[in-house]
Amino acid sequence: MKIDRKILQSVASNARLKLSKKEEDELLPQLNEILEIFSSLNNLKIEKIKPSFQPIEVKNVLREDSVQKCEEDMLSNTKNKEEGFFKGPKVI
Amino acid sequence: MKAKEYIEKVRSGEISAVKTTEGILNEIKKINKDYGFFNTISENFALDLAEKVDKNPKGKLAGLSISLKDDLCVKDVETMCSSNILRGYKPPFNATLVNSLIREGAILIGKTNQDAFGFGSFNVNTDTGIPKNPLDKSRVTGGSSGGAAGFTALTKFPHVAIGESTGGSIVAPCSFCGVSGLSPTYGLVSRYGLVDYANSLDKLGPVAKHVEDLELVLDVIKGHDVKDSTSLRDDLRKDRTVKKIGLIKETLDVDPKIKEIILKKLDEMNVKYEKVSLPKTSKYALSSYYIIAMAEASTNLAKYCGMRYGQEGKVNMPFNEYFSEIRTKNFNKEVKRRIILGTFTRMAGYRDAFYLKAMKVRTLVIEEYKEAFRKYDLLVSPTMPIVAPKLSEVNKLKPKDHYMMDVMTVGPNLAGIPHMSVNAGFYNNLPVGIMFTGDHLNENKLFKIGENVI
Repeated sequence: MKIDRKILQSVASNARLKLSKKEEDELLPQLNEILEIFSSLNNLKIEKIKPSFQPIEVKNVLREDSVQKCEEDMLSNTKNKEEGFFKGPKVI
Repeated sequence: MKAKEYIEKVRSGEISAVKTTEGILNEIKKINKDYGFFNTISENFALDLAEKVDKNPKGKLAGLSISLKDDLCVKDVETMCSSNILRGYKPPFNATLVNSLIREGAILIGKTNQDAFGFGSFNVNTDTGIPKNPLDKSRVTGGSSGGAAGFTALTKFPHVAIGESTGGSIVAPCSFCGVSGLSPTYGLVSRYGLVDYANSLDKLGPVAKHVEDLELVLDVIKGHDVKDSTSLRDDLRKDRTVKKIGLIKETLDVDPKIKEIILKKLDEMNVKYEKVSLPKTSKYALSSYYIIAMAEASTNLAKYCGMRYGQEGKVNMPFNEYFSEIRTKNFNKEVKRRIILGTFTRMAGYRDAFYLKAMKVRTLVIEEYKEAFRKYDLLVSPTMPIVAPKLSEVNKLKPKDHYMMDVMTVGPNLAGIPHMSVNAGFYNNLPVGIMFTGDHLNENKLFKIGENVI
């Protein structure tokens, strides 16, 4: 399995990263060398093995859906705010 | 002086926490320009904490200076994970671990350098200047908790650093700098307030000169936390017996001098050991680890988009363009590389080939360790395949060579089992770490063996 320029551009766009032609040229061989290492898993017959999404058994932790007071100033780290709300770029 | 002895003197009023804190702050200011261990020195905050301790010196860590890796949130103290995208970010809250340390009288002196978001094995992928090895300034500290290990090795004061490990980021720099470090069982220490790298792998743990000090600090930072959904309810197993150790055969394929130092150390320690093979872990853990770590990292880092906190711009353009611009400008090369690989392995058509397979391999790795722990109390290996390289040597390596450095450490991290690196000796005046690994919640066996090493 290889990453070609077209796949790289589509992945970068999904990840909201802009790459220059020079960056693409540098990344392509690097990424494919890394995928070559990952390909060591290809020969494993592990269809029946259960995946471990966590290293230990984790159970759902639920709490009552109740309103709690937020004592932290959530807006303290941005200039882009208005009337107690975060302000972002226009969506539609 | 060991931290324990120092704390007793603070508690009895023989030593002033303020005076020690002033001393260590002066030391940091003197060496930091040369070594670059600290991103932020929280001078006033530290002195305020020290004054409170002198008035009421009661906590388990009374007056002990503690540095925090820069991925831990401290209220109103810049927390940037050594990444430009978080430059200027001052969290409006404390990590749970930070509150636990303050409650017990620790003095939080500042935030230490790391690879940006923890992405690295040498601490060279940082946006805050590359820290230098305390034993040889032309060499790297190791990563990603490089500032933590470097400063702990160099300081003349009693000190414990808090590091964070995803794939070996606590033990690797400890090996290169000649100090002790523990990456605890996954879920033992709350991750609330830790800037995530990979949620199913991240663990916070102490770095210190002495193993006893690791135990002292772990006792304060461990424990269930309702704010972390993966936080364990179980405590450590009390058993400290170490009768037999398994020496992992495949990890001896390193520089012969490193192998010699490890074997010599094991012979000196009064403990039975024999070789054991972990073929699946040795062959497949590295790939599985990097696939999982990058996949999780690429989703975690999606939140950095120039809104709410961190670097931002004028929100006067279409949203996708805005997000791309902020991210492209502020993520370094290694961060971009990992986001791209992680996004790729999660994409439709590739997910089963990479991500799901890696999760299944994790099951095999956990089973292989569990099988070994039925026979052995602990496992042992070198921590790193090499001693601290020169920065000029690291600069010549390809990204894949960087990843290969983690071959010893990814196994226990993938399985979430505790592992500890302690200095085993020196090779050309450079430290060599020996790594002990235990079953889940068997940190006490690690502490017991640690007493034998030095």
